[in-house]
Amino acid sequence: MRFAIQVNEGPYTHQASDTAYQFAKAALAKGHEIFRVFFYHDGVNNGTRYTVPPQDDRNLQKLWTELAETHKLDLVVCIAAAQRRGILDANEAKRQGKDGDNIAPGFRISGLGQLIEAGIQADRTVVFGD
Amino acid sequence: MSDQKVKKKFLYINRKAPFGTIYALESLEVVLIGAAFEQDVSLAFIDDGVFQLMNNQDANAAGMKTFSKIYRALGDYEVRKLYVEKESLDLRGLTIDDLMPVTFEDEDDDYAEKPSIILVGRSEMTGLIASQDVVLSF
Repeated sequence: MRFAIQVNEGPYTHQASDTAYQFAKAALAKGHEIFRVFFYHDGVNNGTRYTVPPQDDRNLQKLWTELAETHKLDLVVCIAAAQRRGILDANEAKRQGKDGDNIAPGFRISGLGQLIEAGIQADRTVVFGD
Repeated sequence: MSDQKVKKKFLYINRKAPFGTIYALESLEVVLIGAAFEQDVSLAFIDDGVFQLMNNQDANAAGMKTFSKIYRALGDYEVRKLYVEKESLDLRGLTIDDLMPVTFEDEDDDYAEKPSIILVGRSEMTGLIASQDVVLSF
C-alpha cells in the first residue's frame, strides 16, 4: 500500500513525530511505500538540524534523516508554516535576507500543494498530531 | 496540477477554537490551496472547532488577524459543504443562529444564494467521515 503521512507537531513536546516515525519505519519494513511525509504546523520543527537533544535521548531529526536516506523518502516541510517558525533552506535564507539556514539533510521546503497531491496519490493518508 | 483526472473526497476536520492555537488558521490555508486541485471538498466542525464559525469575531484586541471572514469567502473557492455537529454546539450552549452566515451561489439554480453550513448529528458525522477518501484532521 502507498501511504502519505502528515506530521502536525514538533519533536519532544508531543509524541506525534515519534509515532509517525515508528509508523513509517514499520510500514516500510512490511514492504509498503511512503509517497511523502509532510510536516505542517509545529511539525516543521522536525526539520531543523540545530536540535541537540541529550545524548541518552533519541534525536528525531537524525532518525527522520536516516530513514529518508535509507528508503529515499520525500520529507517535505511546508513553506508557509516554516517561514512563521524560522525553518529555512539556503534559497529561502537568501531570499528573505537571513544570515543562515537550518534545514536538515533529507528534508526539503515546498508548498501546501504537496500535501494535497500526496492525499490524491496515496492509498491512505495518515495524520499524526494532537 | 498533478493529476486532474483523479477526484477524491477530501474532508478537513476542524476540532480547535479559532484562537489559542494556530490550527484553525493553518487548516484554512490548506483548504484555500487545496481548492486549486478541484477535489470534492467538505469541512467538518466538531468539538471546540464549532467556535471557528461564531458570528462577529474580532481579534484586534488580542493583536491577531481576524481571519473568520475567509470562511464566508469559501463559496468562491467551490468549498460549499461545511458540516457542523449539533452535539458540539449543544454542549457549548450554541445554536446555528450564533454562527456566521456562510453561503454559495448555485450556478445550477440561477445563482441563487444557498447556505453552506449543514447541521448534522453525531451519527451522521460518523458516516460522513467514513465515506471520505482523505481525512485531514486539525
